[in-house]
Amino acid sequence: MSILEVKNVGKRFGGLQALGDVNLSIAENSCHAIIGPNGAGKSTLLNCLIGKLIPDTGSVMFDGQSVLGRKPHEINQMGISRVFQTPEIFADLSVWENVMIPIFAKRDGSFRMHAFESVARERKVVDGAMQMLDDVNMADKRDLLAGSLSRGDKRRLEMAMCLSQNPRLLLLDEPTAGMARADTNNTIELLREIRTKRDITMVIIEHDMHVVFSLADRITVLAQGTPLVEDTPDRIKGHPKVQEAYLGEAAH
Amino acid sequence: MQSFGRKDTILLIVVALLVLLAPVILNPFPQASSLAQFNAGYPDLMQRFVIFGIFAIGFNILFGLTGYLSFGHAAFLGAGSYAAVWMFKLLSMNVIPAIVLAVVVGGLFAALIGYVSLRRSGIYFSILTLAFAQMSFALAYSVLTPLTNGETGLQLSLSDPRIFDPAATGSLPTTNLFGIDMRATTTIFAGPWEFQLNAGYYMSGLIMLVAFWLSIRIFRSPFGMMLRAVKSNQQRMSYTGLSTRPYTLAAFVISGMYAGLAGGLLAAMDPLAGAERMQWTASGEVVLMTILGGAGSLIGPVLGAGFIKYFENIFSKINDSVLHTWFGALPDGLETALVTLVHPFVGKGWHLTLGLLFMLVVIFLPGGLVEGGRRIRGVVGRRNRKAGDPEARAASKQPAE
Repeated sequence: MSILEVKNVGKRFGGLQALGDVNLSIAENSCHAIIGPNGAGKSTLLNCLIGKLIPDTGSVMFDGQSVLGRKPHEINQMGISRVFQTPEIFADLSVWENVMIPIFAKRDGSFRMHAFESVARERKVVDGAMQMLDDVNMADKRDLLAGSLSRGDKRRLEMAMCLSQNPRLLLLDEPTAGMARADTNNTIELLREIRTKRDITMVIIEHDMHVVFSLADRITVLAQGTPLVEDTPDRIKGHPKVQEAYLGEAAH
Repeated sequence: MQSFGRKDTILLIVVALLVLLAPVILNPFPQASSLAQFNAGYPDLMQRFVIFGIFAIGFNILFGLTGYLSFGHAAFLGAGSYAAVWMFKLLSMNVIPAIVLAVVVGGLFAALIGYVSLRRSGIYFSILTLAFAQMSFALAYSVLTPLTNGETGLQLSLSDPRIFDPAATGSLPTTNLFGIDMRATTTIFAGPWEFQLNAGYYMSGLIMLVAFWLSIRIFRSPFGMMLRAVKSNQQRMSYTGLSTRPYTLAAFVISGMYAGLAGGLLAAMDPLAGAERMQWTASGEVVLMTILGGAGSLIGPVLGAGFIKYFENIFSKINDSVLHTWFGALPDGLETALVTLVHPFVGKGWHLTLGLLFMLVVIFLPGGLVEGGRRIRGVVGRRNRKAGDPEARAASKQPAE
């Protein structure tokens, strides 16, 4: 069963047709990678899914409901979380608080005037955040300011924030960009572990073919705003059109 | 961690003791001594300390937590004052209805201005609030004269209805709290010292303590955490499923209610309200208080308010004749030279001294006076640690506030 249905999505920026006519169907509990050369429209597509951009044409349905025209916080409340290319965290707050905030958001909705309750008394949230930090091996860093973390840790923290909400769909925009090899491998391990532990669908945009082929069940190759081909990793590797449009470019 | 813990309770108790003992602490010099003019323990000034403390505590909930810098908070203070004086004119000289209405009016007015201004952030938000406040000021001066009595300011008169009070005869009635006159002052003579205990000051002080306690609760609540998240990263907030606008609007309205409360109390101490209370200089003053004391800290804004009000009222009274008496013992030429040198910094020049101090604080202590205190504690703590005090070592690992 597909959880995300993208139909005939097009987006134009002035004279540039960033997305032509994108159709995607993403199966529940799968990991679907979107690859393509720079400027292929990967980020534009992701931004259309998350409410940051509104496509000119087409529809995006998540679990039978349209996400178009909804605000980012409403889309998150539907069960979609996103990991950004540069980690977006609350740099001035402690690591622990960074994870508590999404848990509060999940529990209380987009706004609640809980001004006279004490954070420390919210045992469930505090413990939930602690558990989550344990899961990503960051429990010892809970009291640090999030802004002081290393890039790799910021990425893990961002993932912990997203996962603490138990999202049904996790969108990852180049989660290993700028990471050292060891960190990349750790991230792959982390994502694999998450998939074995939970029911979660992932859509991942990635340049690093090692990451894509280690994680994805299906791969869509995007070129010049249109999907070139969609198949399993093994068949994508040998596909002539892909060689030409993408993997070939990497060999230059 | 983030709880109304022992540290907060201690802070609240310390502030309560300071409020209680202020008439003594602020009058350290014997009444007859030449230093008596540095005494700040007279009712009028002490009332200002706590009332502007309330104003700054409220402002800090908006600015310190969310980072939204409002340049128009004096509008809510002014609206609160007008509302309170109207209560004195129409209902009763009891301060309770006046203060309640001042808070309500401050909050409603803030909801209106905040709803529009919060569509923008950063400098545009600041300019919008400034524009609204100046608009309110201009309106209070001109077209709203039936409500505000224009340039003269809103005052009591003998012919006011005051439906719950007996008709006033002879002199204007004074504000009271169930019969306790707000101006009632008991003077205690202790040797050469004089301490004035004033009913209005203690009522305002008690209200400030409640306001301070509420602000600690807000700082330690999930709501307070969300407000800090707004300051830190709005994009992450909305992609975390949180709507930032209601949070900022709630913070804006709460700080507007604090401002209304401060305005109401000013009127309760002295039943007058003038348009100048809404002027942008008054809005700027609370920004200075909060930054000087330490934006985002709990006690900082109160310290900043006290600091600025002290300068405004004490430094401004040092004129040339006072200077001549100070330096009178020196040779004539030196005396004149010193007086000329000091003259621009005191008396009417107190703004200059304050400005220089503000610059020094912003440059060297970006966290305000609170950071200064923290650094001093740090130095002391380091000395203790050298002496091998394990408790100090543990304490220094805890991030302050």
